[in-house]
Amino acid sequence: MIKVTIDNIPVEVEDGTTILQAARQIGGKVVPPAMCYYSKLKGSGGKCRTCLVKVAQGSAKDPRPMPKLVASCSTPVQDGMVVQNLTSPEVREARKAIVEFLLLNHPLDCPVCDQAGECDLQDLSFGYGMEETTTDFERREYPVIDIGDKIKLHMNRCILCYRCVYFADQLTDKRMHGVLFRGDVSEISTFVQNAVTNEFSGNVIDVCPVGALTDKTFRFKSRVWFLKPMNAHRECSICSGKVAAWMFGNEIYRITARKDEFGEVEEFICNECRFEKKELTDWVIEGPRHIKRQSVISANHYEERKEQSIIDPIAGTMTEVE
Amino acid sequence: MEYNNIITHPKFIKEGKTVAFSDEIMAKVQSLIRRYPDGQQKSALLPVLHIAQEELGGFLSVDVMDYVASLLGIQPIEVYEVATFYSMFYLDKMGKYVIEVCRTGPCAISGGEQILAHLQDVLEIKPGETTSDGIFSLKEVECLGSCGTGPVMQVNTEYYEKLTPGKVDKLLEDLREYVNRDKQGDSSWAENFC
Amino acid sequence: MGRKLLLANIDVPGIRGFDAYRAHGGYAAVEKALRGMSVSEVSAEVNRSGLRGRGGAGFPTGLKWSFLDRKSDKPRYLVCNADESEPGTFKDRYLMHHLPHLLIEGLIISSYALGVNTCYIYIRGEFKYIVGILERAIREAHQHGFLGENILGTGFSLNIYVHPGAGAYICGEETALLESLEGKRGNPRIKPPFPAFKGLYGCPTVVNNVETLATVVPIINMGGDEYARIGRGKSTGTKLISASGNINNPGVFEIEMGLPVEDFIYAPEYCGGIANEKYLKAVIPGGSSVPILPADLMLNTAKGEKRLMTYESLADGDFVSGTMLGSGGFIVYDEDQCIVRNTLNLTHFYRHESCGQCSPCREGTSWMEKVLYRLEHGEGKMSDIDLLVRVAKNIEGNTICPLGDAAAWPVASAIRHFRGEFEYHVKHPEVVKNVHHGALKIEKESLIPDSGTGVNYW
Repeated sequence: MIKVTIDNIPVEVEDGTTILQAARQIGGKVVPPAMCYYSKLKGSGGKCRTCLVKVAQGSAKDPRPMPKLVASCSTPVQDGMVVQNLTSPEVREARKAIVEFLLLNHPLDCPVCDQAGECDLQDLSFGYGMEETTTDFERREYPVIDIGDKIKLHMNRCILCYRCVYFADQLTDKRMHGVLFRGDVSEISTFVQNAVTNEFSGNVIDVCPVGALTDKTFRFKSRVWFLKPMNAHRECSICSGKVAAWMFGNEIYRITARKDEFGEVEEFICNECRFEKKELTDWVIEGPRHIKRQSVISANHYEERKEQSIIDPIAGTMTEVE
Repeated sequence: MEYNNIITHPKFIKEGKTVAFSDEIMAKVQSLIRRYPDGQQKSALLPVLHIAQEELGGFLSVDVMDYVASLLGIQPIEVYEVATFYSMFYLDKMGKYVIEVCRTGPCAISGGEQILAHLQDVLEIKPGETTSDGIFSLKEVECLGSCGTGPVMQVNTEYYEKLTPGKVDKLLEDLREYVNRDKQGDSSWAENFC
Repeated sequence: MGRKLLLANIDVPGIRGFDAYRAHGGYAAVEKALRGMSVSEVSAEVNRSGLRGRGGAGFPTGLKWSFLDRKSDKPRYLVCNADESEPGTFKDRYLMHHLPHLLIEGLIISSYALGVNTCYIYIRGEFKYIVGILERAIREAHQHGFLGENILGTGFSLNIYVHPGAGAYICGEETALLESLEGKRGNPRIKPPFPAFKGLYGCPTVVNNVETLATVVPIINMGGDEYARIGRGKSTGTKLISASGNINNPGVFEIEMGLPVEDFIYAPEYCGGIANEKYLKAVIPGGSSVPILPADLMLNTAKGEKRLMTYESLADGDFVSGTMLGSGGFIVYDEDQCIVRNTLNLTHFYRHESCGQCSPCREGTSWMEKVLYRLEHGEGKMSDIDLLVRVAKNIEGNTICPLGDAAAWPVASAIRHFRGEFEYHVKHPEVVKNVHHGALKIEKESLIPDSGTGVNYW
């Protein structure tokens, strides 16, 4: 086991663990935000740069600090490493800058975006962003396209995290979409007008951290915070059939995979469960899901709530107190 | 360098035409693939795309890219991703001679801007366009690695250095002449690999 | 004239072919190394020579070789980085064009030292005609028993293959190069792991620049200690400098490290002074990615010492008053050149060449270009200048690969040293809209007078 200290909190982790995973073992506000890293997708991470942290001491053997901020999602820990996340003003500055870059060409169309309320970019800009827009240039605009008959791609909102590409590469047999062109005009696309047809393709909606990939069967149906997420399951021959059913009264508005506290899917689900099964009779409802943290979904308290939120004075992020 | 915030990448249609290398070229391609370890035939993608672009119509159509994907045993999207990343691969029909003028730093301060302006005047096209007779396409490119002999431009794969408007006129004249005589260009990509 | 180690025989007729190259001492180093030296002896010579990577970073080559994972049972690879795309740099093209066998010879010795049996030369696609030259040289080396199985009967085998890129500056970054060599988009990899452990196809790999590998030949011929005697301090040996811009003799020069910058610019055997009897305004000494310096700081350091062509002297004063040797792309600007226009030009380059993988570089480079565009076209605001400084600072150090730094430094240094010119663009929009070059002629009175060496600069 290896000892590391993150924001003055010591933790013991296994050799080969990344700084981000070590921070997740501690939990709470020392966990750096991750927009592109996804623990279930090999090779993901390192791209968005929101998880940058300062390594104040490289290891017990070599205590020199690392010269630059490092991506915590892809930097393995060393024994005796000292990491600063929120306790480093440099990190907070850098993160503010990254949010500014990510929002530079983002359309800020949250009022009409289905992702609003469960969007990692919203959380990130609430936590670290500036109050005002700093650019006065026209934003980049791509046409909105369909990839498959159930999935909408708003390239304008995309932050090029590559998660959906890794997903298609690693969990479907034939990848139909990818990142095309380069630099600031790169886009996620199928190039020729191929539909993404794989029976697990719907999961790209769940791995997308922003509203770039959305569920057409749920398009403009409701704001997510008006819905109650319920654990539900059914017998499915393709996937585990364990899902989150988002309900309003007795109506199921949409089906998603169940997500853990870091916003990652617990088990990927098939398209049939996701898109086809919207009747209450299709599902066995287990009970409400526990929504943690600063989510506006929990702010709409459908569930008895022990926590209340305050603004963290250092980070400006919402955090929970008992 | 005008700005347009509307990004419209062309949408490409699979025409379903049958394309294939000649036996001679195919042998070359197979020998290129053998340069890389077993199971790493994808490594040959860039060299093979160069040959495909040259041999199969001067640009990479969807059919050509799908053909290359099948040759290397990879998904078509892997070819599209690569073909759209690298600036030497054309996704649209180009003129017989693609004139690529270096616009970067040292060339720009030694007369590159004037050469580009002159070409635009003479050919009456803007960068990114092709003359109506289909002979010339004009492109602005980044540093060609010939800064000491700037301004420089590359016509298809040949370098023309220390350019002046006069030299450019002479060259265009010669190239038009070659078109009439149907002169073969310099050695092909496939010939370059032995 | 300094000593020539790489370009000594450049004028020999037919030196591009095997026979002339061999007749002038070619492949003697291969014979010496493979027949008479152990693997570790070759590495030790390179170590002692103090050779530093000639591609731009200046990392000690011996040290880089020592990182190679020799415990792994996977095959090892040596990849020659011939993706020379840094604006202002054309030395590798020159070397490969005229002396292809020198590179092949360097590759054989280096592969021997690293225990490599397969070697790839990744060359930028625009250099298609050089692909032909290299392939011919490789074929000749095969015919004469210097490549292939059992070279010189020593049991050592090596194959070299040329692999063309297809137009992407980013592939000069070593991990992007490896991705591209694997047939993928040239996206730099997240490090660690480093190529020495997981490089090409996940195998231990060394990536070295063309000039670095060619320099191994004279090092073996003369011995590492002898090589290290040339030059100055930690900048040993000779370096190829690509000189371009407003000078009388642009071209590739081999200099001994330690040559004063002033001599390099004005001596007739090198740049031969500023063209058209103009004044020197500024220099980018190491390829477009390194900070630009105004004439006075280029010729003398802030401490008043003569600036020399070494890694250390050029970096003297850090980024406040110094720059870097980089890849040796020496771009000279005369008094008529507009720094704002030039900065826009270079920023356009980095925007175009950004792979788009990480957010600071993808968004930051295009943002800087848009701001510079409006400044250059007389539509800028005073606050734009500080905005540029801020954006450059936010990109720097926060990206996956050094392209972010390379894009930020030219902007930051141009504003640091030529802020007045940026302000002029804001204050005189009508002038800069119509006059693209030399809109701001610095008053001749403000020029620093004759430096005492018969040299005028300001």
